[in-house]
Amino acid sequence: MSRPSRTLPALPGIVSLAVFVVIVRAVLSIPPTGQGLATQVSQAADSIGFKNRVTAVLLDFRGYDTLLEVAVLMLATVTVLSLREEPCVLRRPISRRATAVLATLNKGLVPLAVIAAVHLVWIGASQPGGAFQAGAVLGAASILLALSGFARPRWVGRGAMRATLAVGVLTFLAISLLAIYAGGDLLQYPDGARKTLILVIELLLTLSIGVSLAILFLSSASAEDGVDR
Amino acid sequence: MSPAIIYSIAGAALFAVGAYGLLVRQHLLHKVIASNFLGSGVFLVLIGLGRRSDGPSSDPVPQAMVLTGIVVTVALTALALALIKRYYSATGLTTMEPPEPEEGAR
Repeated sequence: MSRPSRTLPALPGIVSLAVFVVIVRAVLSIPPTGQGLATQVSQAADSIGFKNRVTAVLLDFRGYDTLLEVAVLMLATVTVLSLREEPCVLRRPISRRATAVLATLNKGLVPLAVIAAVHLVWIGASQPGGAFQAGAVLGAASILLALSGFARPRWVGRGAMRATLAVGVLTFLAISLLAIYAGGDLLQYPDGARKTLILVIELLLTLSIGVSLAILFLSSASAEDGVDR
Repeated sequence: MSPAIIYSIAGAALFAVGAYGLLVRQHLLHKVIASNFLGSGVFLVLIGLGRRSDGPSSDPVPQAMVLTGIVVTVALTALALALIKRYYSATGLTTMEPPEPEEGAR
């Protein structure tokens, strides 16, 4: 199909250029140096015992963003699941080319990925890491398994998968609501239990994010991709 | 010109390229790729401006915002691809109808 915008071919270019100029002007109008929020975040993060500033911002100072973000991810996953044309695609392997090489590779790589994910959550308080990175590793391991011909084990039912998908955001929501009963505001963790609560949230979020990413990737597979119907 | 400004201007350029692609390209997959360009431009501007600080480390708040944004972009992209796939299997088309050329796969 030819481009219907042929009548005014220059208009999108002019609009994009104008947007570019506006953003550049906005960027240049900001003072070239400044502290931003780095100092405040450093002091506040030290007072609650988080060496990793980004984790402190993500799960404590701006926990609301993260809560809504995982809700968005779950919503997208549920929508993708309901848009599927083949209901049972995850129960069977995407590919039937499970070779000895892939099987051996997976035996080494998948346990390593699980260990790496736990490690990433654990060090998230002090070093680069956290639930999203760990979830990405878990998701990648699941996709690797599915692509190299491993089906979902029979004991992992549909209900278990959906429960894992929801447990992260539900726990996050429950803990942030419980904070109100503990005398604070929404998402204001009680001081004594802060680190424990954040670690619990992060561990469960990791599971949910891993399952989400795997579903987002795998539910687009269809018959012509080699699914055994 | 500090690195922060260079990164931010590069991000603005990425944003403009994405906006242009979103407006001009008709194929829905191209629109998804263009919207990813657009988002990456925003992330680059945010990360660039976060490096502006002359303190010991860069501002962690934009970094956390970009991390959040990346996850939302992943969700958006996957949802758009699923919708396009469903649309294609229902209609056999890879573009929206000619009367509404502005409608994206968002």
